[in-house]
This record gives sequence, structure tokens and C-alpha cells, in this order.
Amino acid sequence: MNEILKNSLRSGPDGRGRFGEFGGRFVAETLMPLILELETAYEAAKADPSFQAEIDYYLKHYVGRPSALWFAERLTRHLGGAKVYFKRDELNHTGAHKINNCIGQILLAKRMGKTRIIAETGAGQHGVATATVCALFGLPCTIYMGAVDVERQKPNVFRMKLLGAEIVPVKSGAGTLKDAMNDAMRDWVANVQDTFYIIGTAAGPHPYPAMVRDFQCVIGEETRWQLQEAEGRLPDVCIAAIGGGSNAIGLFHPFLDDASVRLVGVEAAGHGLDSGEHAASLSRGRPGVLHGNRTYLLQNDDGQILEAHSISAGLDYPGIGPEHSWLHDIGRVEYVSITDDEALAAFQLCTRTEGIIPALEPAHALAYVMKLAPTLPVDKIIVMNLCGRGDKDIFTVAEHLGFKL
Amino acid sequence: MSRIAGVFAYLRSQSRAALIPFVEAFDPDRDTSLALLTGMAANGADIIEIGVPFTDPMADGPIIQAAGRRALNAGASLRGVLGIVREFRKGNDKTPLVLMGYLNPILSYGVAAFAHDAAQAGVDGLIVVDLPTEEADLLLPDAAAHGLDFIRLIAPTTSDERLPKVLAGSSGFVYYVSITGITGTRTASADDLARDIPRIRRVTDLPIAVGFGVRTPEQAATVAKYADAAIVASVLIEKLTNSDVATVLADVAALASGIRHAVKAAA
Repeated sequence: MNEILKNSLRSGPDGRGRFGEFGGRFVAETLMPLILELETAYEAAKADPSFQAEIDYYLKHYVGRPSALWFAERLTRHLGGAKVYFKRDELNHTGAHKINNCIGQILLAKRMGKTRIIAETGAGQHGVATATVCALFGLPCTIYMGAVDVERQKPNVFRMKLLGAEIVPVKSGAGTLKDAMNDAMRDWVANVQDTFYIIGTAAGPHPYPAMVRDFQCVIGEETRWQLQEAEGRLPDVCIAAIGGGSNAIGLFHPFLDDASVRLVGVEAAGHGLDSGEHAASLSRGRPGVLHGNRTYLLQNDDGQILEAHSISAGLDYPGIGPEHSWLHDIGRVEYVSITDDEALAAFQLCTRTEGIIPALEPAHALAYVMKLAPTLPVDKIIVMNLCGRGDKDIFTVAEHLGFKL
Repeated sequence: MSRIAGVFAYLRSQSRAALIPFVEAFDPDRDTSLALLTGMAANGADIIEIGVPFTDPMADGPIIQAAGRRALNAGASLRGVLGIVREFRKGNDKTPLVLMGYLNPILSYGVAAFAHDAAQAGVDGLIVVDLPTEEADLLLPDAAAHGLDFIRLIAPTTSDERLPKVLAGSSGFVYYVSITGITGTRTASADDLARDIPRIRRVTDLPIAVGFGVRTPEQAATVAKYADAAIVASVLIEKLTNSDVATVLADVAALASGIRHAVKAAA
């Protein structure tokens, strides 16, 4: 090991796919050769400038990037402290950051000659993004979605069907994202020859956490030059919501080596961290192995995985991407949590002060902005990732506010 | 010689293959599992595989998934599974027991403590589905230190080039996952086995067991023709769900008879 390592927090994962003790490749032997094949194919694609050029083309002309960096002036005045900017990834085609990753993975799938796509989805945003790129590239697509989520996210289910995807409602377990991921992996094991699994978050076996992160880093890279243009400097704080953590790692990663930039990930505290009904894997979980990686998990004393809870289906997951677990342990990123009620209040404030209906996921990030901004001087700058729009959530919100639609 | 090696040495002298039935521990309760273990040993099981319930069994089909859920609802835990093994060992010091499960309950227990306690309880071997050779150093040293056989899975997707790497450090037997898929779904054909088993034989002297999709005495006999053991799981769980312990044991006896009448293929 004479290799000289760069003194950077951005050089992970190591050759075994690990970020510190997290990550790795914990899959059955049937999948292991595929994971290795995927890693080789991804490394080759990364080294090929035409691959990145292709991604850039679709991000610009199809997704609509760069997404705007919006100075939320009325919100800033309302909170009476630091300046608040929104990185508006909710303006992307399909309404969330998920498409950034789907473009990258489907282009890789095509390079690898795969002819069938599968994916898991929770809120349906990743499912819609996957179904969208499959329609665009003419590939058949099967989406695994927990039966409970199929019920509570009907508009997205219909969108996916319109786009030509086959939806498989997963009834095992609690019928949510975790179970959908189990069944997607079972499908993959049974269809190893022709199928590419587009994982939606920066988790799963190596190389997924690194690959999804790379595809999402466009968020932080754009933020960097856009804020340079607007303010001539780096942000003081970057804030993003965390389920699996792909939108957050996409925003944070380009700033990891800028020690002056404080990075804050916001987990879903559901009914409260001590209620037993939350999705705060870092705050209340401990390291374990699930879905191919070692990471912080909600689990009982016997190592059985617990069901997560959040008002936001996209945060309703008992694990978190392994790079976040590492960033948590080394203290580079702070991880805080926000309850369902706080997120609902932020959802309404954003809608009324900025005229933007946010998804419930970034509403969690915004709720923390509401706590932090008033404590900071007016010359400080916060960038929050507004990673999805709230159209999909209006039924959930209406129910909580006592409206009948 | 370990219990597992002893059984295969004996069977080699008898020119026949082993029958390895599967019991999902605590499905539907502890006493039933104990009755099955004891009864299977008395009805022709040469080795018994015990499934350790886990909330997220990614390599398993609907039948074993459901069994795991029933078991967890009945209070199953890794500690509880070791308790069953200890109880079984009071009356049977002969039949090897292999635990099959997923990594997280073992990590949660503590790898070193688990290897120690499992060996003490009378466990002979471990199959950890989501621990590929790339991550095996997490468990292999402790398993070896306590004399537990470390049984590796080989899949149809495992290349010839990869085989020796996967089998490094393995002992007891080799578990050949005969199909690309989850448990209890498709079945490998005789032609598949005639092609696949010799491929593994070329790189190891360990006995080869075939699992995933072996359901009938005829299929078990086909497996016995090419391999050294047939593992039967989902069909027995299904039978237990629809009837009772006695019926499952009658099936085990029939499978054992199928194996005993199998004709070995020329090596």
C-alpha cells in the first residue's frame, strides 16, 4: 500500500466499497458477480468522457438543469436571520432530484447491454423517474412498491402506469419501502442476465452508494458556482433532508473539503424520537447490515429490522446511505431531526411565503432552517435543498389539516 | 473430524448421498421446531439445516418469508435458536446441525460471542446468505477458532475463475444454489446438474449439497445422482403449514428413501 492518498474527505469509498467501517457488499453469491460486473462497467464509463457528455446532454435538455438557486427573500425576512437560498431541484422534470440519478443509471444500463429495468420506490418519486427514463429509452420496467405506499400514493402509481411501467405491490413486511427493496433484489436474483436494478438512493451494495452520489453531485456542484455568482462566496450552511440520503449527499459532497461550510442532514423524527415511531436511523439506530451495506439501522436487540415511520413516504426507511453513517461518525456532517408536525408547519410556511409547494421530504429540511436561521446573523448564508415538489403530498397534507378533497 | 465431515465420510463408504431437510426455527413455535428436529433425525435426515428467522430474508421466496414472520411473531431470536439447539443436543449428539440465516442478527449478537455460544450449544456449521467471500473476514476467523464449519454458497453465476476464491476457507460442504432465483421457486434439471456439479468438483474435494427447488423424492434422487447431498426446505414448510408434524416427518422419510435408492452417476 504505497499509494499516496489525497488528504480529502471526497476520496471514498475504498477498494472494498467502504466509507470507514460502513458500506461494503453484503449480497448473496448469486448477485456478487453482477455487482462486480457493475462496478467494472461503472469505472469504465466514468473514465470515458463521452459518458459524462451524454449525461450532461440529458440533464440540460431533458431534465432542465441547472436548477435555479432561489433567494427566498420573504422567508428570510420572516425568519429574521441568515439569508436563505433554495436549491430548486423540485423544478426538474418529474418534480424531484431522483431523475438526476435515473439518467445516469439508465445510460449505464444501455452501455452494459441490459434490456430490462427494475426499481423500488417509496413515495413513488423514484418510481416515476425510473418509469420516465424507461419510456424515454424504450425499455420495459417493473417497479416494486409497498402495498401500503401504493394506497397512499395513488397519483404516482397512476403516473407510472401511464408511463408504461408494471407496478408490483409488495405485501410482505409492513408493505413499505424496505419491503419493496427486498422484492426488487429478489427479482434481480431471478433475472440476472438481462436486468439492471436502478436503486433510487445512495445505499445498497457497492458501487451503488458511490454511483448514486456521483450522479447527484450535480446538485452541490451547481450550488457552488451559482452562489459564487450570486454572492461571490461559499455558503455557511447547507441543509438537506435524509431518508436514504441521496439528495443530501449530492448537495454535501462537493463541499466536504470546505471546512467553513457547515453541513446539516435532517432525519424524520415522525411522532418524536422517543415515540418509537420515527425514521431517525442515525439518532436512534446502531450499525448493522441490510440491503447490501453496513450502515446505521433501526433494529431491535436481536438485530431484527424495525419499521420506520414518517409522514413522508420518501423518508420512511429504517436505514441510511453508508457515506452518511461515516460522515456522522467522523463528525463532518451534523444530523438533526424534525417531527411530522414541524414538517407540516414548514410545508405551509413555504407555500405561503414563497409560493412554492414543497414535498414533505424537503419540508423537514425547511423546518430545521426555520429553527436555525433566526439564530444566525444576517450576513450568513444557508442553502437548503428543495429536492421535490409537493403535488404528490397534497392528499396527505389535506388529511392532516382536516380538509376533505 | 467434525460431525459434518464424519457424516459425509460414512455416507461415502455407503455410496449414497445425504438428505438435509430444513426447519425454520420457531415456525410456528419452539416446541414444534424441537419435535421436527428430533423427528427428522429419526426419519432419515443425515444433517439438519435450521433457518434463523430474519425480518428481511432477501434470498428467500414467499414460503420461507412467511415462515420467518410466523417465527418472529412467536418470539424467535438468535439466542432462542441456540436454546433449541442445546435442547436437541440433550438427546442427540450425532446429527450435524447447520444454521442458515442472515448476517445482521449475528452482528447484533456480537460475532465472537456468537461463534463461541453456537459451538457450545452444539451447532456444527454456518451458512450466512448475505456474507459473500469479499466480506467473509468478518466471521471466518471466529467461526474457525470455535470449530464451526463455514459453508459457502455457490451459484450458477459464480464463474470458474471465481470458484476458488469463494471456496477459500470453507469447510463442511459446499452449498450449490442450483438456480438463479430465490428459495422454493424453480427447480434445476438433471442436465443442469450434470453440467454444473463437475464444474465445482474440479476445484474442491468438499462434498457438494444442492438446494433451492428440490421438492420431491424423485428430485432428491436426481440430485443424489450427481451431488453429495440434497437440501429440501420450502416444500416441508408448506406441508407443515397445511398439516402437521407427523405428515412432514412422513415426507422426510419418503425423501430419505428416494435418496437411498438413487443410482450414482459415473464420476
